[in-house]
Amino acid sequence: MTPYDPGPDVVKVQRGPQPGGPSGVYRAFGETLRGMKTVFANLIEGTTTIQYPEEKVPVYPRFRGRHKLHRFEDSGLEKCVGCSLCAAACPADCIRVVAAENTPDNRVSAGERYAAVYEINMARCIFCGYCEVACPFDAITMGHDYELSDLNRSDLIFTKEMLLAEPLERTPLRSEGE
Amino acid sequence: MTSFASTVYAEEWWIQLIKAVIIFTVGLSIVPVILIAERKLLGRFQSRYGPNRVGPYGLLQPIADIGKLLGKEHSRPHTSVGLLFVIAPILSILTAVAALAIIPFGPVVDIGGTPVGLYGLDVSIGPLYLFAFGAIAFYGLMLGGWSSGSKYSFLGAMRAAAQLISYEVSQGLALIGVIMTAGTLSLVGIVHAQEGMWYVIPQIVGFLIFLVAGFAETNRAPFDLAEADAELVQGYMTEYGGGRFASYYFAEYINMLIVSGIVTTVFLGGWLLPFGIDPPHWVDPFVVLAKMSLIVVLFIWIRATLPRLRYDQLMSLGWKVLLPLATLNALVTAIVVVSQ
Repeated sequence: MTPYDPGPDVVKVQRGPQPGGPSGVYRAFGETLRGMKTVFANLIEGTTTIQYPEEKVPVYPRFRGRHKLHRFEDSGLEKCVGCSLCAAACPADCIRVVAAENTPDNRVSAGERYAAVYEINMARCIFCGYCEVACPFDAITMGHDYELSDLNRSDLIFTKEMLLAEPLERTPLRSEGE
Repeated sequence: MTSFASTVYAEEWWIQLIKAVIIFTVGLSIVPVILIAERKLLGRFQSRYGPNRVGPYGLLQPIADIGKLLGKEHSRPHTSVGLLFVIAPILSILTAVAALAIIPFGPVVDIGGTPVGLYGLDVSIGPLYLFAFGAIAFYGLMLGGWSSGSKYSFLGAMRAAAQLISYEVSQGLALIGVIMTAGTLSLVGIVHAQEGMWYVIPQIVGFLIFLVAGFAETNRAPFDLAEADAELVQGYMTEYGGGRFASYYFAEYINMLIVSGIVTTVFLGGWLLPFGIDPPHWVDPFVVLAKMSLIVVLFIWIRATLPRLRYDQLMSLGWKVLLPLATLNALVTAIVVVSQ
């Protein structure tokens, strides 16, 4: 007993049963059987593994994968006008844009200028999506492809042609409400 | 010359040779099967597949593993003691295989007019032979751990030694109850004594003690702290690689097979079937193998369930729980046997 009344703030700790002794042995045995039952239930329930190269987890629509460059659907002109805002926004400094003037003979984009060189170094990209946010013409968006491994570093530098090309749909997309 | 042990029934030397070849071929081919079964089952117990890439359903995985191990270089640390370092794994696997010889797979049957016992050897000192080779097997672990010249190996070997001493006592005492009831040390005789009732029912305490001690003897989870991959990086095997590591690994699985064989023989009625079912004698080895595989599944199940014991917990379980229980079991059995 304490010499003074501690009041209702002090809570008496409820101690669990002590280990050891015959009751401890009995409990340990029972708990072992219970554990074995739990483990066996896993065997009955089956596996939760996704066999990756054959099965893939579908990505969400807002998943930030490999970039895509876009064209206007009606005219076929590139949306990118070579403003380099994406390159300026990029925290990893992985985008390189060299702009050139559109001429009446060589009209590539809808604006005044176009991107003569547009490269993204996928080895440096951190897939933050700032380029997509920075783009005033929605010319660059993040796609869904995340299978980007390659054998050489230089192969990871994606050129404009690669980014403009229709991407391989290698990744399943999660449908609404899934 | 004094004879310390006699064989209860022995055949011509050429029959024994054929038997030895068959038993060891079967026994050693079961090891890869246990390997893949363990990895598959462990996977299923943990809601995953286990190996499923090599061959159909991953069934060729152990072959690939063994091939990989045997193809590796025999390296050895410069602090190691040369000869002992080489001998240790050989000792380990040799004793494991030798103990396999006494597991009976059937009675003496008539094959083409010649009586043949379906076992390697029926010695009159069955369990003692087993414990003798079990004790020598630990020289394999001890020498391997000590001669590696590495502190992890040494710690693992020390733990293994302490573990063996603690658990062999209760294991032996657990068997004494059965031996007293059967009145014979011959394993074939013990199986014959179980016609009517398997010893697992009257000797349930002995059975449980033997099983727990068996887990400890084979260095399997939850008593695998001689290996303890997390703290001791495989204990006495740390410095071994390639074929030598493979022999340690092989010996461990054969030991598992032997413990399940002894449990089958001593407690689960060997080749006998319950309810008076008496199949032809060619079925007997398969009955024994089926019972052994059940025990092996239990081994794997326990490994998937229980976490590793702490060293002091292992010691107190061995000396404070199992040993008194085993002694009490032997005492009660003795009183019952005498009073009958």
